[in-house]
Amino acid sequence: MIVKIVSKNFDIENSHKLEVALKHGRYASLEKLFSMSPNEVTEEVTKSGLRGKGGGGAATGDKWKLMPKKHEKPSYLVVNADESEPGTFKDRQIMEYDPHLLIEGIINSSYAIGAHHAYIYIRGEYVFWAKRVNEAIDEAYKAGYLGEKVSGFDYKLDVTLHRGGGAYICGEKSALLESLEGKRGHPRLKPQQKEPEWFFGGPTVVNNVETIASVPFIIKEGFEAYRAYGTDQSPGTMLFGMSGHINNPGIYELPFGTSMKQFIEEVGGGVKDGKKLKALIPGGSSCHVLRADEIDNITLDYESLKKHGSSLGTGGMIIMDEDTFMPEAMKNLFEFYHHESCGQCTPCREGCGWVDKILGKLLKGKGTQADYKTILDACEMLNGKTICVFAPSVAYIANSYLTKFKEEFDSLCKN
Amino acid sequence: MSEFKFNEENEKKFEELLTRYPERASLSLPSLWMVQYQEGWISEDAMVYIAQKLDTTPMDIQSIASFYTMFNLKPIGKYHIQVCKTLSCKLCGSEAIRSHLQKQLGIKFGETTKDMKFTLSEVECLGSCGTAPVMSFNDDYIENLTIEKIDKILDES
Repeated sequence: MIVKIVSKNFDIENSHKLEVALKHGRYASLEKLFSMSPNEVTEEVTKSGLRGKGGGGAATGDKWKLMPKKHEKPSYLVVNADESEPGTFKDRQIMEYDPHLLIEGIINSSYAIGAHHAYIYIRGEYVFWAKRVNEAIDEAYKAGYLGEKVSGFDYKLDVTLHRGGGAYICGEKSALLESLEGKRGHPRLKPQQKEPEWFFGGPTVVNNVETIASVPFIIKEGFEAYRAYGTDQSPGTMLFGMSGHINNPGIYELPFGTSMKQFIEEVGGGVKDGKKLKALIPGGSSCHVLRADEIDNITLDYESLKKHGSSLGTGGMIIMDEDTFMPEAMKNLFEFYHHESCGQCTPCREGCGWVDKILGKLLKGKGTQADYKTILDACEMLNGKTICVFAPSVAYIANSYLTKFKEEFDSLCKN
Repeated sequence: MSEFKFNEENEKKFEELLTRYPERASLSLPSLWMVQYQEGWISEDAMVYIAQKLDTTPMDIQSIASFYTMFNLKPIGKYHIQVCKTLSCKLCGSEAIRSHLQKQLGIKFGETTKDMKFTLSEVECLGSCGTAPVMSFNDDYIENLTIEKIDKILDES
């Protein structure tokens, strides 16, 4: 069930050091890369069907194609390493065990989009990982894999690591760019037409760490080799995570299309302490919660999760056993959303707080019959009235808890 | 004019970073980090200094510094303990860890011990869900937390 594409070097001792990384295939894609034109590289990635692994699942090749061929300002690649979605801890594995794979991916991707400077925006709390990536960047500069002539080829590339300051919203790409420009991490209004992102007016691509780390394999082995894994619409592999009430928590690379139930039982070792599964969140807390009786036919790919009323997100699953009281789980997540709303839009800033407060009241045994509907009303106010998708996703997930575990909420709304 | 100044190492780092970004405004977060590592916290005086360095207003720097939760805008203890309180950690028993820490240190979340040795904070998801419960102890993550692990760290600090 487990495959090793991105995670190939994870178990090798000292795999983060250049010397070891080189022995295990790192930077081996560069020769082929520079024999191709940037357009050919983009085409190869498009054909591979690689999709963004930060949660959205947008086609990476299509994103790259939005970059203008000519622009007065330089182009940039920005790597999103602001991993903060509850349940998600995959990008840090890449940065810890194979930072040179990330740098190799950055070289591949920057070349394709015509960027000569790439930034890695890493969450502020990841101090250890920031140090590790910085050490790898230094090694790469010294060995000539970064700088004036990448690996001796006529292509210049600089990479700079930038630390965030502890704001979840900076994982949203436009907020990330605002933050990288030195401002508060407030998401930007989205344009009507499809266009790239902008960093100080220069066309920019923002890609997740794992997405970038998937590119060298595609370039070196060809798009068909990548498509040999996964499903037609979700090709390739993904680093899936498991946490919560599970026997073997961790990160495992699987081809898309793997059975969810099999993954939980065979790789995860089943629910902790022999208890029964009650519910799970499939890919980070911003996905609809699923009841145990809903997962039988689910496979781990974008289409299947969507068909079953949830989403694949970041692939970080949170498992909850039969003793979990769902209103408490929901309250925990709403404390998170209340704290992490950036505060730019009133419905989100106030709404998340109100839902959190009402849930608190319910859990103190002071809930009234009107409260259930008040929460639903508050969610209505959160949906579709804000600049970014933070509030709408909060509204959707609230609905999933409230409807799927209605009897538990009803038991708290008796007064 | 501010009395705060970058030390030599940070001054050098600042100059170096200037060459890495298209505009100097990008240096606000890196500068705030440098101040915090140098002083342990970020004073208004230091914000005036950063504002001068970045050709902007102190107000602007304050608005940025106050947005990001990791910047300490008042002095904190020598050791900053930040315990994750989000779902995976909660499911794996973070509540026992949280009450144990408060009991051992004799302070509540958001407080600092009188001897300025420990500051205790609760934070949202640290991105360490597979090794929950987790806390950060200054810059280091302590994963798969147990009461024994906490006692050992507190004893050794």
